[in-house]
Amino acid sequence: MWNKPLDWLGSILLSTADTLGRIVVLCRQILYWIKTADRKNVIAQTVAIGVDSLPVTLLTSLFTGMVLALQTGFSFRKVFNEPLYVGTVVGLSLTKELGPVLTAVVVAGRVGASIAAELGTMKVTEQIDALYTLGTHPVKYLAVPRFLACIASIPLLTLMADFIGVIGGWIIAVYRLQVPGSVYIDEVRALTWREVGHGLAKSVVFAAIIAIVSCYKGFACEGGAEGVGKATTSAVVVSMVMILVCDYFLSAVLVAFGIG
Amino acid sequence: MIRLENVSKAFGKNQVLRDCSLEINDGETLSIIGGSGTGKSVTMKIMIGLLQPDSGNVWIENKNIVGMTEEELAMIQHQFAYVFQLAALFDSLTVGENVAFGLRNLNKFTESEIPPIVREKLSLVGLNNIEDLKPAELSGGMRKRVAIARAIAMSPKYLLYDEPTTGLDPIMSDVINDLILDLQKKLGTTAVVVTHDMKSAYKISNRIAMLYEGRIVECDTPARIQASTNPVVRQFITGSSQGPIQMKLRANT
Repeated sequence: MWNKPLDWLGSILLSTADTLGRIVVLCRQILYWIKTADRKNVIAQTVAIGVDSLPVTLLTSLFTGMVLALQTGFSFRKVFNEPLYVGTVVGLSLTKELGPVLTAVVVAGRVGASIAAELGTMKVTEQIDALYTLGTHPVKYLAVPRFLACIASIPLLTLMADFIGVIGGWIIAVYRLQVPGSVYIDEVRALTWREVGHGLAKSVVFAAIIAIVSCYKGFACEGGAEGVGKATTSAVVVSMVMILVCDYFLSAVLVAFGIG
Repeated sequence: MIRLENVSKAFGKNQVLRDCSLEINDGETLSIIGGSGTGKSVTMKIMIGLLQPDSGNVWIENKNIVGMTEEELAMIQHQFAYVFQLAALFDSLTVGENVAFGLRNLNKFTESEIPPIVREKLSLVGLNNIEDLKPAELSGGMRKRVAIARAIAMSPKYLLYDEPTTGLDPIMSDVINDLILDLQKKLGTTAVVVTHDMKSAYKISNRIAMLYEGRIVECDTPARIQASTNPVVRQFITGSSQGPIQMKLRANT
C-alpha cells in the first residue's frame, strides 16, 4: 500500500538531488573556464544582456519610484497630515529592495528566457554535441560569457534603476505631493554606501542565479520544440522564485553584518 | 583503431544496443547499415564519447574511453570529427565561421590562413561563395554539405559521418562518395559511415556492418554482404518489406 506514494516521493527526491548535483557541477565548470573566457564573446553578451535591457529596466524603475512616492505620500498624509519622509522611503526601498529585486526579475524574464531558449534549441539540434566534437567546451563557449555578462551588467543596471527610480519619486513628490524639492533631495542624500551596497551585493547574487539557472535549463533541455518551451518557462519561474527567496536570506545576512 | 566491446545502451525501457561488438581498423572505411531507430547514431556517438554506454568498453587505440574524465575525453575527441545527421550548424554564425570554427581551436593556423582553407573545403563539397550566408538561408542539402566541410577542415584521424548523402541529389551524393574515398586515400583517414544509401555503402566501404536488434549481425566486405545468405541482411539490402525485419514490431523492442 505504501509503495506508490513512496515511489513518487523517492523519484522526486532523486530527481531533485540529481538536478542540484548537476547545477553544482555546472558552477564548478563555469568557475574553471572563467580564466580562458573569450573577450569578444563576453563583450557581445554584455551588450545583449546589459545594454539591451536598459530601456525596459529604466522604464519599470521610473514608474516604481513614482508609485512608491505616491503611495508613501498619501499614506503618510493620512497618518501625519503631511507627506513626510517620502524621499527617505523611496530612497531606502529602491536602493535596498526594489531596485535589485525588480531589476533582477525584469532581466530574468527577458534575459533568462532568451538564454534558456537559445541554449535549449542548440541542445535539441545537437549543436552542443557539435561543440564537443570541434574541440570546444560548451560551458566555456556559451555559459561563461553569459555568466560574466550578467555579473557585469545587472549590478550596473540596478544602480541606474535606483537613480531613475529616485528621480521618478522626485517628480511625484514635487509636482503631486507638493513636497519641497530640497527636502526630498536632502532625505535621499542621507543614504549611505551601506544601503546602496546592500542592494548591489544582492544584485550580484541575483545575476549569478539568473545566469546559472538559465544556462542549466538550456543545457538540460530535451524533447524538441516542446522541450525548449518548457525549459524557457522553467528558467524564468525558477530564477524569479530563487531571487525572491534568496532576497530574504541575503538581506538578513547583510543586515546582520551591518551592511544596510 | 576503434573497438566496441560488449557495449549495451538503453534509453528508458528501450534497449538500443545489446552486447554490441565491433572493430574498425586504421585507415578503413566501415559503413553501418540497419533500419531506422536501430541505434546506428547511438553507436557512433558512443565511439566518440558523446554518449556513455551502460556496460562494455570502448577502445580508441589502446585507451578505454568509458569512465574517462572530461579532460581525458577531450584529448581523444581531438582526433575525431563528426558529421551530424541534421548538420548541427551553429545558427548564430555564418557558413564561413562555422567551417572555420574547429580550425581555430586547432591553433595551427594564423587568422589570415583560415579563409583560404575554408574556401577550399567548401569547394570540395561543391559550395562556392556562400561564406557570408547564415545556415537558416541554406537548403537542407547545402547545410549537410557545410557540415561535411566543417568536419573535414579538421583533417582528423577519424571521421564519423551520420548519413552524409541523405537529402542530396544523386550527382552530389557521388561527389561526397568520391570525397570520402579521396580522404581515405590521401590522408589515411579512418571513416565510419552510417548510411541508408546502399549504392554509397558499396562504393566507399572496405567493410559493411549491419546492426539489427542491438547487435552486429554481419560485418564483411561489400561483395560478401551482397552475396549474404543471412535473411535479415538480404531483406535490408534488397529493400523488401517482407522478411524477418518487421517495421511494426520494432517499436516494441
